[in-house]
Amino acid sequence: MLKHLLVSAAILSVSLTSASAETIRWARAGDSITMDPHAQNEGPTHTLSHQIYDSLLQRDMAGSIIPSLATEWAALPNNPSVWRFKLRQGVTFHDGAKFDSEDVVFSLNRAKADGSEMKELLSSVKEVRAVDAYTVDIETNGANPLLVNNLTNMFIMDKGWSESNNVMTPHDVAKGETNFATMNTNGTGAFMLVSRAVDEKTVLKANPNYWGKDIYPNQVTEIIYTPIQSSATRVAALLSGEVDLIQDVPVQDLGRVESSSGLKLATAAQNRVIFLGVDTANGPTADLRVRQAMNIAINRDSIKKVVMRGQSDPTGVIMPPFVNGWTEDLNKYPKYDVKMAKDLMAQAGYSNGFDIVLNCPNDRYVNDEAICQAVVGMMAQIGINVTLDAKPKAQHFPIAKGGESDFYMLGWGVPTFDSHYIFNFLVHTQTENRGSWNPTGYSNADVDAMIVSLESETDLAKRDATIAKIWAEIQKAQMYLPIHNQVLNWGMRDNIEFDVQPEDQPHFQFLKFK
Amino acid sequence: MRRFLQSDFFYDFSNTPVAVVSFVVFMVIILAAVFANFIAPNNPFDPASLNLMNGFTPPMQANEFTGEVFLMGTDDQGRDLFSTILYGLRISLFVGIMAVMLAMVMGVTLGLIAGYLGGWLDTLIMRFADIQMTFPSILVAMLIYGVAKGVLPPDLRYEMSIAVLIVSIGLSEWVPFARTVRGSTLVEREKEYITAAKMIGLSKRQIMLLHVLPNVLSPVLVIATITFALAIIAEATLSFLGVGVPTTKPSLGTLIRIGQDFLFSGEWWILLFPALTLLALALSINLFGDWLRDTLNPKLK
Repeated sequence: MLKHLLVSAAILSVSLTSASAETIRWARAGDSITMDPHAQNEGPTHTLSHQIYDSLLQRDMAGSIIPSLATEWAALPNNPSVWRFKLRQGVTFHDGAKFDSEDVVFSLNRAKADGSEMKELLSSVKEVRAVDAYTVDIETNGANPLLVNNLTNMFIMDKGWSESNNVMTPHDVAKGETNFATMNTNGTGAFMLVSRAVDEKTVLKANPNYWGKDIYPNQVTEIIYTPIQSSATRVAALLSGEVDLIQDVPVQDLGRVESSSGLKLATAAQNRVIFLGVDTANGPTADLRVRQAMNIAINRDSIKKVVMRGQSDPTGVIMPPFVNGWTEDLNKYPKYDVKMAKDLMAQAGYSNGFDIVLNCPNDRYVNDEAICQAVVGMMAQIGINVTLDAKPKAQHFPIAKGGESDFYMLGWGVPTFDSHYIFNFLVHTQTENRGSWNPTGYSNADVDAMIVSLESETDLAKRDATIAKIWAEIQKAQMYLPIHNQVLNWGMRDNIEFDVQPEDQPHFQFLKFK
Repeated sequence: MRRFLQSDFFYDFSNTPVAVVSFVVFMVIILAAVFANFIAPNNPFDPASLNLMNGFTPPMQANEFTGEVFLMGTDDQGRDLFSTILYGLRISLFVGIMAVMLAMVMGVTLGLIAGYLGGWLDTLIMRFADIQMTFPSILVAMLIYGVAKGVLPPDLRYEMSIAVLIVSIGLSEWVPFARTVRGSTLVEREKEYITAAKMIGLSKRQIMLLHVLPNVLSPVLVIATITFALAIIAEATLSFLGVGVPTTKPSLGTLIRIGQDFLFSGEWWILLFPALTLLALALSINLFGDWLRDTLNPKLK
């Protein structure tokens, strides 16, 4: 009997160690805001959703588009405004339901519904039709050659599951709503949700019926995700071996991580720009000269040197270099010039300055709060008395987006790698389907028309010319004060083989252990 | 003055080295905070005077870009740490003093009422105090702080953040005052001079304020010093947790929180100097309070 017990205990311990060897303990500064895949268009939220849900196509660890739930796609030869997608067969959701075209039609319509933050990505879509069980047509208003770029974060949910749990539309995070899908999931992805405590710990386990089992390495059997806001605690967790991978190594600790044995550092430029939004409709900042003064009062070089310790690329445009439309000329940032800024303030009639509140997240971007604090000092040089209001992102984003703020920090990643994505969210006048992240009050009918025209312009040279024109208008209006493009630093144990993804999106089915 | 210098109290004080040292340290800190604008080389609360390029300058070394030298170095925003500590001390001390005053007024009043009037009022107040004792006071302070922040309109939150800190720490520290005062009042109210006061027809209020109160105050003084140290630590804790004063006007706790981020990277001075100041402040108050308790309590002699 005793022998029996010992043997089974030995077997148990062997199976336990082998299981834990494939567990990845992963930490970053902030948590996903909601598990509802269409309710937030935000990086860390998408990152967690990507483990559980699939989109029709996705970006791999190098940033190139690869097939996911769709295996082939092409515009119809006789009608370029219809894209036809062939769907992957034999895929099941985590609850066992079969995946077919009905789910795609349902999910894309859900992502276009009220309360969805993904609808700007589908603003050119007229109709989504199921042709047969494994074929879907997406018809756009005029030909949209870049439609597929907009689908990389467009997750597919099960229609039946959504019906029976009454989650037919996304919940509005800004209004404080929640629904069943906020905490529960049913995707087709590589991992299934086991447990979730918001801002504490989320556990995922490998999906035994994952369609990509033979396509990707799939060596990870369990993911334990713990958001750790304090940068010192986060890096301590990595150094002590409490976690295996952190996505945001604090810039002051890069050397420490790199020189620690058993750890390695992976660095790459990120497809994300950090900037400040300014109200152009009301108050002193409605005066263009004030915004120009603020723009040249920001000392981007010293932010890079001191706050970012060299880990950023200062820029003069709210567009990362990955994006179609980027030019070196646009990227040039204005010279830091306090004297000229003061002159501009005086011309605008604010030689005595004014008071303003700067809303800032403190758990989203690299050194977000420290950058804002530095900006407070720089604005004080030209007489602007800034009160800093730094909050966790879950509270910051509704304030920034809702237009309550006259001055706020935002970062923008561009998953489509195209300027239109920036225009449609950040520049177009705020309307029902467009401009949801443009609370600055900037509204220009000509620019709006040019933005919409991009969606159906098939002549790519003409399209690029329009993009350049829109950028010229934005640079003139200066409703956004660009700061820099982020540099990504992932710290991990050296037995992990994992590329830094330019969108800061780790897809764990690609991870390999040495 | 002469009478004071010849009193037992002063004799005892001058013959207790711990009391003298702690009192001197405490006074130096208080004076440094009060005269911060004369002592500090620059004003860290004026953002226009900051130069970001001075950030992370080690103590007594020239900054590599600006060549400026700082006694205790600078923090991540280029603030001179020595000046920032002095100005931060002001916030910490102000919050501490005001919170203790609030706790004292509240605790003494409730204790007096509970002890003198007795009956259901006594039961109600003391049971409420018992319930509050079961929660750690920092938790009570955080709860009050959270509720107040939610209730206040957003544009007032910043002006009010220090007031909110005072109220939340004050409300979490009133219980020891109330319990002590109640206990002493129960003893005093049975004494003959109180019976005499009743006989000549004084109102309950007059008896409580003019006759009982002066006789129960000496232990209150001792509790006040201990609570003062607790309140300063509570403020530092709240600011350390990021719910206190804004980072642009840091108190000691905020500075410690900022410094903690730079421990691994070897910028030890940002954490060390504010932490040492907080230690010296809390320790000197506690040691002085201990001595005060021993002296004012004749039973321990």
